[in-house]
Amino acid sequence: MIDLFKFFGKGESKSKDIAKERLKLVLIHDRANISPKFLDMIKDDIIKVISSYMEIEEADLDIRLSRIPQDDDTYSTALVANIPIKRVKNIGPNRG
Amino acid sequence: MGEVIVITSGKGGVGKTTTTANIGAALALSGKKVVLVDADIGLRNLDVVMGLENRIVYDLVDVVEKVCRLKQALIKDKRFEGLYLLPAAQTKDKTAVSPQQMQELCEQLKEEFDYVLIDCPAGIEQGFKNAIAGADSAIVVTVPEVSAVRDADRIIGLLAANDLMDPKLIINRIRIDMVRRGDMMNIDDTIDILGVDLLGVVPDDEKVVISTNKGEPAVLDEDSLAGQAYRNIARRLMGENVPIMDLDMDEGFLAKLKRWFSMGKKRSY
Repeated sequence: MIDLFKFFGKGESKSKDIAKERLKLVLIHDRANISPKFLDMIKDDIIKVISSYMEIEEADLDIRLSRIPQDDDTYSTALVANIPIKRVKNIGPNRG
Repeated sequence: MGEVIVITSGKGGVGKTTTTANIGAALALSGKKVVLVDADIGLRNLDVVMGLENRIVYDLVDVVEKVCRLKQALIKDKRFEGLYLLPAAQTKDKTAVSPQQMQELCEQLKEEFDYVLIDCPAGIEQGFKNAIAGADSAIVVTVPEVSAVRDADRIIGLLAANDLMDPKLIINRIRIDMVRRGDMMNIDDTIDILGVDLLGVVPDDEKVVISTNKGEPAVLDEDSLAGQAYRNIARRLMGENVPIMDLDMDEGFLAKLKRWFSMGKKRSY
């Protein structure tokens, strides 16, 4: 039996959509003139600051520029960081 | 006083030279006085695309260095009333002229011609800077592929940094069959990404290769879809309101049937 979804072009991602998404992301970097090296510098500093307060999973820390959809159908650019926490440090004065 | 338009793309091989030749020829067919300037010093090609390679005596660098007068270097295209070519030098490199000299040259040409079309070299270095120096406006040519669109975006930024705001976009070599399958970015996708106004869309057309082989601009070929697209672009440049070719319309009932048939055939494998 023929795969009807495939036949009507649904259910598989079109290569042009992949192209478009990849382009949008790469252009954010190009336009903002932000290099991967620059992002690494930010990442190192964030690790430094946060490490004073909590133990984090450094290897899994992910920081990137993203396009955030707005209500008016436009996009804004945001720096999004995903920082997995291992343990919050027990720093006396901050508790209670 | 004429208008100086630079035709640029960033990436090489997307059809800048073919676009320059065809828009120029189409403008001349409409009665305008046009000069095509090949700014790709060291890699000249506009002459062969136009079929004028055997008539070059002096070139752009000779004019700038005052080896000859401007009029002596201009090659008149006998097929089109009012169409001229100023060829690039082939044995020099991009540093042979300065942006200042290009600006002066453009000022001079503007006095004589309605349109001065500058064929910009690929890249963003000296050759690009020279080519845009005297321009009043810009046309960016791209093809619907990630590399070309990315470079087009970069070029649009660099043009803006040089006070050439709001460049007009030409999407070249679009393949309708691939767009239909969702395997090529369509007109809306490309404009959405680049955020500039569309000047025209040129379908991929093997007649362009054939006409380039012969050194005849495709606009001369009444049957060429690309030729038609270039004629439309020229009319838009002259201020006419010409709708973008509905490329889907060109598929007749038979072609549609054939497409469905071959689609079914392909699926059985």
